[in-house]
Amino acid sequence: MARFLSSVPELMDAGLRGTRLPRGRALALRLGAITAFLALWSLLSGAVVVLKLFNPIFMPGPWLVLGNVLDMAVRGPLWIHLAATLERVALGFGAGAALGVVLGLAAGHLASVRNVIEPVVELLRPIPPLAMLPMFIVWVGIGEVSKVGFITYATFFPIFLTTVNGVRQIDPLLLRAAQSLGARGLGLFTRVILPAALPDVLTGLRLGVALAFFVIVISEFIGAEQGLGYLINDGRNFFLVPQMLGAAVVLGLLGYAGNGLVRLLERRLTRWQHPA
Amino acid sequence: MAGGPKIRIQHIAKSFGPAGRAIPALAEIDLDVDERELVCLLGPSGCGKSTLLNIVAGFLAPTSGTVLVDGRPVSGPAPERGVVFQEYALFPWLTVSGNVEFGPLLQSRPAAERRRTVDRYLDLVGLRAHAEKFPVQLSGGMKQRVAIARALANNPAVILMDEPFGALDAQTREVLQDELSRIQRVEHKTILFVTHSIREAVYLADRVVVMTSVPGRIKQVFPIKLPEVRDRFAPEFTQYESDITRVVREEVAKVRE
Repeated sequence: MARFLSSVPELMDAGLRGTRLPRGRALALRLGAITAFLALWSLLSGAVVVLKLFNPIFMPGPWLVLGNVLDMAVRGPLWIHLAATLERVALGFGAGAALGVVLGLAAGHLASVRNVIEPVVELLRPIPPLAMLPMFIVWVGIGEVSKVGFITYATFFPIFLTTVNGVRQIDPLLLRAAQSLGARGLGLFTRVILPAALPDVLTGLRLGVALAFFVIVISEFIGAEQGLGYLINDGRNFFLVPQMLGAAVVLGLLGYAGNGLVRLLERRLTRWQHPA
Repeated sequence: MAGGPKIRIQHIAKSFGPAGRAIPALAEIDLDVDERELVCLLGPSGCGKSTLLNIVAGFLAPTSGTVLVDGRPVSGPAPERGVVFQEYALFPWLTVSGNVEFGPLLQSRPAAERRRTVDRYLDLVGLRAHAEKFPVQLSGGMKQRVAIARALANNPAVILMDEPFGALDAQTREVLQDELSRIQRVEHKTILFVTHSIREAVYLADRVVVMTSVPGRIKQVFPIKLPEVRDRFAPEFTQYESDITRVVREEVAKVRE
Protein backbone atom coordinates (compact mmCIF):
# COMPACT_ATOMS: atom_id res chain seq x y z
CA MET A 1 0.00 0.00 0.00
CA ALA A 2 1.29 3.44 -0.86
CA ARG A 3 1.91 5.66 2.10
CA PHE A 4 2.85 9.25 2.62
CA LEU A 5 6.42 10.05 3.56
CA SER A 6 5.77 13.53 4.84
CA SER A 7 8.06 14.07 7.80
CA VAL A 8 11.83 14.44 7.80
CA PRO A 9 12.38 11.47 10.17
CA GLU A 10 10.24 9.32 7.90
CA LEU A 11 12.17 10.29 4.82
CA MET A 12 15.40 9.65 6.67
CA ASP A 13 14.13 6.26 7.78
CA ALA A 14 13.21 5.34 4.25
CA GLY A 15 16.48 6.58 2.84
CA LEU A 16 18.96 5.56 5.48
CA ARG A 17 17.69 2.14 6.44
CA GLY A 18 18.50 0.90 2.95
CA THR A 19 16.72 -1.92 1.23
CA ARG A 20 15.54 -4.73 3.48
CA LEU A 21 16.49 -8.32 2.72
CA PRO A 22 13.66 -10.74 2.06
CA ARG A 23 12.55 -12.37 5.30
CA GLY A 24 13.79 -15.87 4.42
CA ARG A 25 17.25 -14.67 3.42
CA ALA A 26 17.68 -12.56 6.51
CA LEU A 27 16.73 -15.52 8.70
CA ALA A 28 19.12 -17.82 6.83
CA LEU A 29 21.99 -15.36 7.35
CA ARG A 30 21.19 -15.03 11.03
CA LEU A 31 21.00 -18.79 11.62
CA GLY A 32 24.15 -19.24 9.54
CA ALA A 33 26.06 -16.78 11.72
CA ILE A 34 25.02 -18.60 14.90
CA THR A 35 26.00 -21.96 13.40
CA ALA A 36 29.37 -20.54 12.35
CA PHE A 37 29.91 -19.20 15.87
CA LEU A 38 29.16 -22.59 17.43
CA ALA A 39 31.38 -24.33 14.86
CA LEU A 40 34.28 -21.99 15.60
CA TRP A 41 33.84 -22.56 19.32
CA SER A 42 33.79 -26.37 18.80
CA LEU A 43 36.91 -26.14 16.62
CA LEU A 44 38.72 -24.09 19.25
CA SER A 45 37.92 -26.46 22.11
CA GLY A 46 38.83 -29.39 19.84
CA ALA A 47 42.16 -27.76 19.00
CA VAL A 48 42.93 -27.38 22.70
CA VAL A 49 42.46 -31.15 23.13
CA VAL A 50 44.31 -32.21 19.97
CA LEU A 51 47.22 -29.80 20.27
CA LYS A 52 47.41 -30.24 24.08
CA LEU A 53 47.56 -26.41 24.50
CA PHE A 54 46.29 -26.44 28.08
CA ASN A 55 44.04 -28.48 30.33
CA PRO A 56 40.89 -28.97 28.22
CA ILE A 57 38.60 -28.57 31.25
CA PHE A 58 39.15 -24.78 30.87
CA MET A 59 37.78 -24.74 27.35
CA PRO A 60 34.72 -27.00 27.10
CA GLY A 61 32.99 -27.09 23.73
CA PRO A 62 29.49 -25.73 23.19
CA TRP A 63 27.91 -29.19 23.36
CA LEU A 64 29.35 -29.86 26.81
CA VAL A 65 28.06 -26.48 28.01
CA LEU A 66 24.59 -26.96 26.56
CA GLY A 67 24.56 -30.51 27.90
CA ASN A 68 25.34 -29.13 31.34
CA VAL A 69 22.48 -26.65 31.09
CA LEU A 70 20.13 -29.44 30.02
CA ASP A 71 21.34 -31.64 32.84
CA MET A 72 20.73 -28.89 35.40
CA ALA A 73 17.30 -28.30 33.89
CA VAL A 74 16.35 -31.96 34.05
CA ARG A 75 17.70 -32.48 37.56
CA GLY A 76 16.02 -29.29 38.74
CA PRO A 77 18.64 -26.95 40.27
CA LEU A 78 18.62 -24.67 37.19
CA TRP A 79 15.06 -23.61 37.95
CA ILE A 80 15.81 -22.74 41.57
CA HIS A 81 18.73 -20.52 40.52
CA LEU A 82 16.84 -19.04 37.62
CA ALA A 83 13.86 -18.22 39.85
CA ALA A 84 16.10 -16.60 42.47
CA THR A 85 17.77 -14.34 39.88
CA LEU A 86 14.49 -13.51 38.15
CA GLU A 87 12.79 -12.62 41.40
CA ARG A 88 15.61 -10.24 42.39
CA VAL A 89 15.65 -8.64 38.95
CA ALA A 90 11.86 -8.28 38.87
CA LEU A 91 11.68 -6.69 42.32
CA GLY A 92 14.78 -4.52 41.93
CA PHE A 93 14.02 -3.40 38.39
CA GLY A 94 10.35 -2.85 39.23
CA ALA A 95 11.21 -0.56 42.11
CA GLY A 96 13.95 1.20 40.11
CA ALA A 97 11.59 1.75 37.18
CA ALA A 98 8.78 3.05 39.39
CA LEU A 99 11.11 5.46 41.20
CA GLY A 100 12.89 6.53 38.02
CA VAL A 101 9.71 7.18 36.05
CA VAL A 102 7.80 8.96 38.85
CA LEU A 103 10.72 11.16 39.93
CA GLY A 104 11.77 11.66 36.30
CA LEU A 105 8.31 12.89 35.30
CA ALA A 106 8.18 15.20 38.31
CA ALA A 107 11.70 16.54 37.74
CA GLY A 108 11.13 16.97 34.02
CA HIS A 109 7.91 18.89 34.55
CA LEU A 110 8.65 20.95 37.67
CA ALA A 111 11.80 23.04 37.77
CA SER A 112 11.78 23.10 41.58
CA VAL A 113 11.82 19.28 41.82
CA ARG A 114 14.48 19.14 39.13
CA ASN A 115 16.73 21.54 41.01
CA VAL A 116 16.50 19.36 44.12
CA ILE A 117 17.01 15.93 42.54
CA GLU A 118 19.40 16.63 39.68
CA PRO A 119 22.43 17.74 41.71
CA VAL A 120 22.26 14.57 43.83
CA VAL A 121 21.84 12.40 40.74
CA GLU A 122 24.69 14.16 38.93
CA LEU A 123 26.90 13.59 41.98
CA LEU A 124 26.16 9.87 42.25
CA ARG A 125 25.81 9.00 38.58
CA PRO A 126 29.50 9.12 37.57
CA ILE A 127 30.30 6.55 40.28
CA PRO A 128 30.05 3.13 38.62
CA PRO A 129 27.21 1.39 40.47
CA LEU A 130 29.45 -1.62 41.12
CA ALA A 131 31.69 0.59 43.23
CA MET A 132 28.73 1.06 45.55
CA LEU A 133 28.07 -2.68 45.99
CA PRO A 134 30.41 -3.10 49.00
CA MET A 135 28.66 -0.13 50.66
CA PHE A 136 25.28 -1.79 50.16
CA ILE A 137 26.62 -4.92 51.82
CA VAL A 138 28.10 -2.93 54.71
CA TRP A 139 24.84 -1.02 55.19
CA VAL A 140 22.17 -3.67 54.69
CA GLY A 141 24.08 -6.96 54.81
CA ILE A 142 24.38 -9.68 52.21
CA GLY A 143 20.71 -10.70 52.24
CA GLU A 144 18.01 -10.22 49.66
CA VAL A 145 17.45 -6.58 50.59
CA SER A 146 20.92 -5.53 49.55
CA LYS A 147 20.71 -7.45 46.24
CA VAL A 148 17.28 -6.11 45.30
CA GLY A 149 18.18 -2.64 46.56
CA PHE A 150 21.37 -2.65 44.55
CA ILE A 151 19.49 -3.38 41.31
CA THR A 152 17.03 -0.61 42.17
CA TYR A 153 19.92 1.78 42.74
CA ALA A 154 21.69 0.87 39.50
CA THR A 155 18.60 0.89 37.26
CA PHE A 156 17.22 4.13 38.68
CA PHE A 157 19.78 6.35 36.93
CA PRO A 158 19.22 5.57 33.25
CA ILE A 159 15.45 5.42 33.72
CA PHE A 160 15.35 8.71 35.63
CA LEU A 161 17.60 10.51 33.16
CA THR A 162 15.83 9.37 29.99
CA THR A 163 12.45 10.23 31.55
CA VAL A 164 13.59 13.74 32.51
CA ASN A 165 14.97 14.16 29.01
CA GLY A 166 11.74 12.83 27.51
CA VAL A 167 9.65 15.39 29.37
CA ARG A 168 12.02 18.27 28.72
CA GLN A 169 12.23 17.73 24.97
CA ILE A 170 8.44 17.81 24.49
CA ASP A 171 7.63 20.29 21.74
CA PRO A 172 6.39 23.42 23.57
CA LEU A 173 3.98 23.94 20.69
CA LEU A 174 2.14 20.75 21.71
CA LEU A 175 1.77 22.08 25.25
CA ARG A 176 0.43 25.39 23.89
CA ALA A 177 -2.00 23.54 21.62
CA ALA A 178 -3.19 21.41 24.54
CA GLN A 179 -3.64 24.43 26.82
CA SER A 180 -5.62 26.24 24.13
CA LEU A 181 -7.89 23.20 23.98
CA GLY A 182 -8.46 23.40 27.72
CA ALA A 183 -5.84 21.00 29.14
CA ARG A 184 -4.56 21.96 32.57
CA GLY A 185 -2.96 20.25 35.58
CA LEU A 186 -3.54 16.50 35.73
CA GLY A 187 -5.28 16.42 32.33
CA LEU A 188 -2.28 18.06 30.68
CA PHE A 189 -0.04 15.57 32.44
CA THR A 190 -1.86 12.36 31.58
CA ARG A 191 -3.05 13.32 28.11
CA VAL A 192 -0.01 15.18 26.78
CA ILE A 193 3.15 15.02 28.88
CA LEU A 194 2.99 11.28 29.58
CA PRO A 195 2.30 10.11 26.01
CA ALA A 196 4.79 12.61 24.57
CA ALA A 197 7.56 11.39 26.90
CA LEU A 198 6.68 7.71 26.54
CA PRO A 199 9.18 6.80 23.78
CA ASP A 200 12.06 8.07 25.93
CA VAL A 201 10.69 6.42 29.07
CA LEU A 202 10.62 3.09 27.20
CA THR A 203 14.21 3.57 26.04
CA GLY A 204 15.15 4.10 29.69
CA LEU A 205 13.35 0.91 30.68
CA ARG A 206 15.27 -1.02 28.04
CA LEU A 207 18.58 0.31 29.36
CA GLY A 208 17.39 -0.50 32.88
CA VAL A 209 16.60 -4.14 32.07
CA ALA A 210 20.05 -4.64 30.56
CA LEU A 211 21.69 -3.02 33.56
CA ALA A 212 19.64 -5.11 36.00
CA PHE A 213 21.04 -8.36 34.55
CA PHE A 214 24.48 -6.79 34.48
CA VAL A 215 24.63 -5.96 38.18
CA ILE A 216 22.65 -8.88 39.62
CA VAL A 217 25.34 -11.37 38.56
CA ILE A 218 28.00 -9.56 40.50
CA SER A 219 25.92 -9.09 43.60
CA GLU A 220 25.17 -12.83 43.46
CA PHE A 221 28.91 -13.53 43.45
CA ILE A 222 28.96 -12.24 47.01
CA GLY A 223 27.15 -14.10 49.72
CA ALA A 224 24.43 -15.73 47.66
CA GLU A 225 23.21 -19.30 48.05
CA GLN A 226 21.17 -19.26 44.87
CA GLY A 227 21.04 -17.46 41.57
CA LEU A 228 22.83 -17.64 38.22
CA GLY A 229 25.64 -15.44 39.52
CA TYR A 230 26.08 -17.91 42.39
CA LEU A 231 26.27 -20.76 39.84
CA ILE A 232 29.11 -18.98 38.04
CA ASN A 233 31.02 -18.25 41.23
CA ASP A 234 30.41 -21.79 42.52
CA GLY A 235 31.67 -23.14 39.19
CA ARG A 236 34.81 -21.05 39.55
CA ASN A 237 35.53 -22.41 43.04
CA PHE A 238 35.27 -26.00 41.86
CA PHE A 239 36.62 -25.65 38.31
CA LEU A 240 33.21 -26.53 36.86
CA VAL A 241 33.76 -24.53 33.70
CA PRO A 242 30.71 -25.94 31.83
CA GLN A 243 28.56 -24.81 34.76
CA MET A 244 30.05 -21.30 34.61
CA LEU A 245 29.54 -21.00 30.88
CA GLY A 246 26.12 -22.65 31.12
CA ALA A 247 24.90 -20.07 33.64
CA ALA A 248 26.34 -17.33 31.41
CA VAL A 249 24.42 -18.70 28.42
CA VAL A 250 21.19 -18.73 30.46
CA LEU A 251 21.87 -15.12 31.53
CA GLY A 252 22.41 -14.17 27.91
CA LEU A 253 19.10 -15.72 26.94
CA LEU A 254 17.35 -13.96 29.84
CA GLY A 255 18.75 -10.56 28.86
CA TYR A 256 17.75 -11.18 25.27
CA ALA A 257 14.21 -12.11 26.34
CA GLY A 258 13.98 -9.09 28.68
CA ASN A 259 15.05 -6.75 25.90
CA GLY A 260 12.58 -8.40 23.53
CA LEU A 261 9.79 -7.96 26.03
CA VAL A 262 10.42 -4.21 26.39
CA ARG A 263 10.71 -3.89 22.61
CA LEU A 264 7.35 -5.60 22.25
CA LEU A 265 5.90 -3.15 24.77
CA GLU A 266 7.50 -0.27 22.83
CA ARG A 267 5.99 -1.44 19.56
CA ARG A 268 2.54 -1.72 21.11
CA LEU A 269 2.62 1.60 22.95
CA THR A 270 4.27 3.71 20.25
CA ARG A 271 2.54 2.26 17.21
CA TRP A 272 1.78 5.83 16.17
CA GLN A 273 5.44 6.39 15.26
CA HIS A 274 5.41 3.70 12.57
CA PRO A 275 1.77 2.84 11.83
CA ALA A 276 1.21 0.05 9.33
CA MET B 1 -20.81 40.75 26.14
CA ALA B 2 -23.92 42.03 24.43
CA GLY B 3 -23.11 44.29 21.51
CA GLY B 4 -19.43 44.86 22.31
CA PRO B 5 -16.57 43.62 20.16
CA LYS B 6 -15.65 39.94 20.48
CA ILE B 7 -11.93 40.72 20.83
CA ARG B 8 -10.79 44.09 22.18
CA ILE B 9 -7.07 44.79 22.05
CA GLN B 10 -6.32 47.85 24.18
CA HIS B 11 -3.00 49.77 24.10
CA ILE B 12 -0.98 46.58 23.78
CA ALA B 13 2.78 47.08 23.86
CA LYS B 14 5.44 44.43 24.08
CA SER B 15 9.19 44.60 24.35
CA PHE B 16 11.74 41.84 24.67
CA GLY B 17 14.97 41.76 26.59
CA PRO B 18 16.20 43.09 29.93
CA ALA B 19 14.73 46.29 31.39
CA GLY B 20 16.69 49.32 30.23
CA ARG B 21 17.90 47.63 27.06
CA ALA B 22 14.52 46.21 26.05
CA ILE B 23 13.77 46.10 22.33
CA PRO B 24 10.20 47.16 21.54
CA ALA B 25 8.33 44.71 19.31
CA LEU B 26 4.83 46.16 19.52
CA ALA B 27 3.84 49.71 20.36
CA GLU B 28 0.36 50.88 21.24
CA ILE B 29 -1.86 48.48 19.39
CA ASP B 30 -5.60 49.12 19.56
CA LEU B 31 -7.88 46.83 17.59
CA ASP B 32 -11.40 45.50 17.90
CA VAL B 33 -12.63 42.36 16.18
CA ASP B 34 -16.39 41.97 15.91
CA GLU B 35 -18.34 38.77 16.24
CA ARG B 36 -18.32 36.64 13.04
CA GLU B 37 -15.57 38.81 11.59
CA LEU B 38 -12.36 37.53 10.02
CA VAL B 39 -9.54 40.01 10.48
CA CYS B 40 -6.13 39.49 8.85
CA LEU B 41 -2.99 40.91 10.41
CA LEU B 42 -0.59 41.61 7.59
CA GLY B 43 2.93 42.94 7.63
CA PRO B 44 6.58 42.31 6.84
CA SER B 45 8.29 39.56 8.79
CA GLY B 46 9.43 40.77 12.17
CA CYS B 47 6.62 43.31 12.44
CA GLY B 48 5.28 41.62 15.54
CA LYS B 49 2.05 40.24 14.08
CA SER B 50 2.70 36.78 15.50
CA THR B 51 3.70 38.35 18.81
CA LEU B 52 0.34 40.10 18.92
CA LEU B 53 -1.45 36.83 18.17
CA ASN B 54 0.51 35.07 20.91
CA ILE B 55 -0.54 37.78 23.35
CA VAL B 56 -4.20 37.34 22.41
CA ALA B 57 -3.77 33.55 22.74
CA GLY B 58 -2.33 34.08 26.23
CA PHE B 59 1.05 32.49 25.45
CA LEU B 60 2.85 35.80 25.99
CA ALA B 61 2.13 38.49 28.55
CA PRO B 62 2.08 42.03 27.12
CA THR B 63 4.44 44.61 28.58
CA SER B 64 1.43 46.89 28.91
CA GLY B 65 -2.19 46.98 27.82
CA THR B 66 -4.97 44.41 27.97
CA VAL B 67 -6.80 42.03 25.70
CA LEU B 68 -10.50 41.43 26.36
CA VAL B 69 -12.42 38.53 24.87
CA ASP B 70 -16.18 38.83 25.43
CA GLY B 71 -15.30 41.57 27.90
CA ARG B 72 -13.09 39.33 30.07
CA PRO B 73 -9.34 40.01 30.29
CA VAL B 74 -6.96 37.39 28.89
CA SER B 75 -4.51 36.01 31.43
CA GLY B 76 -3.29 32.81 29.82
CA PRO B 77 -4.24 30.18 27.27
CA ALA B 78 -7.85 29.01 27.57
CA PRO B 79 -10.27 26.92 25.51
CA GLU B 80 -12.40 29.98 24.64
CA ARG B 81 -9.52 30.96 22.29
CA GLY B 82 -8.70 28.17 19.84
CA VAL B 83 -5.34 28.36 18.09
CA VAL B 84 -4.23 26.97 14.72
CA PHE B 85 -0.45 26.93 14.34
CA GLN B 86 1.69 27.06 11.21
CA GLU B 87 3.41 23.83 12.30
CA TYR B 88 0.02 22.08 12.87
CA ALA B 89 0.93 20.94 16.43
CA LEU B 90 -1.15 17.78 16.16
CA PHE B 91 -0.72 15.20 18.92
CA PRO B 92 1.26 12.51 17.08
CA TRP B 93 0.12 9.69 19.40
CA LEU B 94 -3.56 10.34 18.68
CA THR B 95 -5.39 9.41 15.49
CA VAL B 96 -7.09 12.06 13.37
CA SER B 97 -10.37 11.53 15.24
CA GLY B 98 -8.50 11.39 18.58
CA ASN B 99 -7.02 14.81 17.85
CA VAL B 100 -10.41 16.31 16.98
CA GLU B 101 -11.94 14.70 20.06
CA PHE B 102 -9.28 16.15 22.38
CA GLY B 103 -11.16 19.30 23.41
CA PRO B 104 -14.62 17.71 23.89
CA LEU B 105 -12.95 14.90 25.89
CA LEU B 106 -11.37 17.39 28.29
CA GLN B 107 -14.76 19.04 28.71
CA SER B 108 -16.07 15.57 29.70
CA ARG B 109 -18.71 15.55 26.97
CA PRO B 110 -20.66 12.27 26.74
CA ALA B 111 -19.28 9.72 24.26
CA ALA B 112 -22.22 9.89 21.85
CA GLU B 113 -21.98 13.68 21.63
CA ARG B 114 -18.22 13.49 21.13
CA ARG B 115 -18.67 11.05 18.25
CA ARG B 116 -21.21 13.35 16.62
CA THR B 117 -18.87 16.34 17.01
CA VAL B 118 -15.90 14.46 15.54
CA ASP B 119 -17.96 13.20 12.60
CA ARG B 120 -19.39 16.62 11.92
CA TYR B 121 -16.04 18.43 11.80
CA LEU B 122 -14.22 15.67 9.93
CA ASP B 123 -16.99 15.87 7.33
CA LEU B 124 -16.59 19.64 7.24
CA VAL B 125 -12.87 19.37 6.40
CA GLY B 126 -13.37 16.28 4.21
CA LEU B 127 -11.28 13.87 6.26
CA ARG B 128 -13.91 11.37 7.44
CA ALA B 129 -12.19 8.60 5.44
CA HIS B 130 -8.89 9.26 7.26
CA ALA B 131 -10.33 9.28 10.79
CA GLU B 132 -8.22 6.37 12.04
CA LYS B 133 -4.90 7.49 10.56
CA PHE B 134 -2.07 8.91 12.64
CA PRO B 135 -0.59 12.36 11.87
CA VAL B 136 2.66 10.87 10.46
CA GLN B 137 0.54 9.32 7.72
CA LEU B 138 -0.90 12.66 6.56
CA SER B 139 0.32 15.31 4.13
CA GLY B 140 0.81 18.88 5.32
CA GLY B 141 -2.51 20.05 3.91
CA MET B 142 -4.36 17.18 5.60
CA LYS B 143 -2.62 17.90 8.91
CA GLN B 144 -3.73 21.52 8.79
CA ARG B 145 -7.31 20.42 8.02
CA VAL B 146 -7.20 18.23 11.12
CA ALA B 147 -5.86 21.15 13.16
CA ILE B 148 -8.72 23.36 11.95
CA ALA B 149 -11.29 20.65 12.74
CA ARG B 150 -9.71 20.20 16.19
CA ALA B 151 -10.00 23.93 16.92
CA LEU B 152 -13.62 24.09 15.68
CA ALA B 153 -14.71 20.96 17.57
CA ASN B 154 -13.79 22.64 20.85
CA ASN B 155 -16.32 25.37 20.03
CA PRO B 156 -14.15 28.35 21.03
CA ALA B 157 -15.45 31.93 21.15
CA VAL B 158 -12.65 33.02 18.82
CA ILE B 159 -10.08 31.27 16.63
CA LEU B 160 -6.53 32.56 16.27
CA MET B 161 -4.58 31.42 13.23
CA ASP B 162 -0.83 32.01 13.05
CA GLU B 163 0.25 31.82 9.40
CA PRO B 164 -1.65 28.53 9.19
CA PHE B 165 -0.95 27.94 5.50
CA GLY B 166 2.62 29.29 5.53
CA ALA B 167 4.27 25.87 5.41
CA LEU B 168 2.18 24.58 2.51
CA ASP B 169 3.00 24.60 -1.20
CA ALA B 170 1.23 27.20 -3.37
CA GLN B 171 -1.45 24.85 -4.74
CA THR B 172 -2.35 23.30 -1.38
CA ARG B 173 -2.36 26.77 0.09
CA GLU B 174 -5.08 27.98 -2.28
CA VAL B 175 -7.12 24.83 -1.72
CA LEU B 176 -6.98 25.40 2.04
CA GLN B 177 -7.92 29.07 1.59
CA ASP B 178 -10.97 27.95 -0.39
CA GLU B 179 -11.84 25.48 2.38
CA LEU B 180 -11.47 28.03 5.15
CA SER B 181 -13.60 30.49 3.20
CA ARG B 182 -16.27 27.79 2.74
CA ILE B 183 -16.06 26.76 6.42
CA GLN B 184 -16.40 30.38 7.49
CA ARG B 185 -19.59 30.71 5.43
CA VAL B 186 -21.01 27.78 7.45
CA GLU B 187 -19.53 28.40 10.91
CA HIS B 188 -19.28 32.21 11.08
CA LYS B 189 -16.49 32.20 13.64
CA THR B 190 -14.63 35.22 14.94
CA ILE B 191 -11.15 34.77 13.50
CA LEU B 192 -7.89 36.65 13.90
CA PHE B 193 -5.61 35.49 11.10
CA VAL B 194 -1.90 36.30 10.77
CA THR B 195 -0.33 36.15 7.31
CA HIS B 196 2.33 37.78 5.20
CA SER B 197 0.49 36.96 1.97
CA ILE B 198 -1.47 39.94 0.66
CA ARG B 199 -3.43 37.73 -1.72
CA GLU B 200 -4.41 35.43 1.12
CA ALA B 201 -5.50 38.36 3.26
CA VAL B 202 -7.67 39.87 0.52
CA TYR B 203 -9.18 36.48 -0.25
CA LEU B 204 -10.19 35.70 3.32
CA ALA B 205 -10.57 38.86 5.35
CA ASP B 206 -13.46 41.14 6.19
CA ARG B 207 -10.78 43.62 7.24
CA VAL B 208 -7.05 43.63 6.54
CA VAL B 209 -4.90 45.31 9.18
CA VAL B 210 -1.50 46.32 7.81
CA MET B 211 1.19 46.68 10.45
CA THR B 212 4.37 48.74 10.41
CA SER B 213 7.81 47.24 10.90
CA VAL B 214 9.68 47.37 14.19
CA PRO B 215 8.12 48.33 16.52
CA GLY B 216 4.82 47.03 15.19
CA ARG B 217 1.97 49.51 14.98
CA ILE B 218 -1.22 49.53 12.99
CA LYS B 219 -0.45 51.42 9.81
CA GLN B 220 -3.70 51.16 7.94
CA VAL B 221 -6.93 49.17 8.02
CA PHE B 222 -8.56 48.06 4.79
CA PRO B 223 -12.20 46.91 4.98
CA ILE B 224 -12.59 44.42 2.13
CA LYS B 225 -15.95 45.05 0.51
CA LEU B 226 -16.06 41.99 -1.72
CA PRO B 227 -18.71 39.25 -1.91
CA GLU B 228 -18.36 36.27 0.45
CA VAL B 229 -17.33 34.01 -2.40
CA ARG B 230 -14.33 35.73 -3.95
CA ASP B 231 -12.70 35.56 -7.33
CA ARG B 232 -8.92 35.99 -7.19
CA PHE B 233 -8.95 37.35 -10.76
CA ALA B 234 -11.78 39.88 -10.44
CA PRO B 235 -10.65 43.50 -11.08
CA GLU B 236 -11.90 44.62 -7.64
CA PHE B 237 -9.82 41.88 -6.03
CA THR B 238 -6.61 42.85 -7.82
CA GLN B 239 -7.34 46.50 -7.03
CA TYR B 240 -7.32 45.70 -3.28
CA GLU B 241 -4.18 43.66 -3.80
CA SER B 242 -2.29 46.51 -5.43
CA ASP B 243 -3.57 49.10 -2.93
CA ILE B 244 -2.40 47.00 0.00
CA THR B 245 0.84 46.03 -1.73
CA ARG B 246 1.74 49.69 -2.05
CA VAL B 247 1.29 50.25 1.69
CA VAL B 248 3.18 47.08 2.65
CA ARG B 249 6.08 47.96 0.32
CA GLU B 250 6.68 51.20 2.18
CA GLU B 251 7.24 49.14 5.31
CA VAL B 252 9.46 46.56 3.66
CA ALA B 253 11.54 49.40 2.22
CA LYS B 254 11.92 50.91 5.70
CA VAL B 255 13.35 47.64 7.01
CA ARG B 256 15.92 47.63 4.22
CA GLU B 257 17.20 51.13 5.06
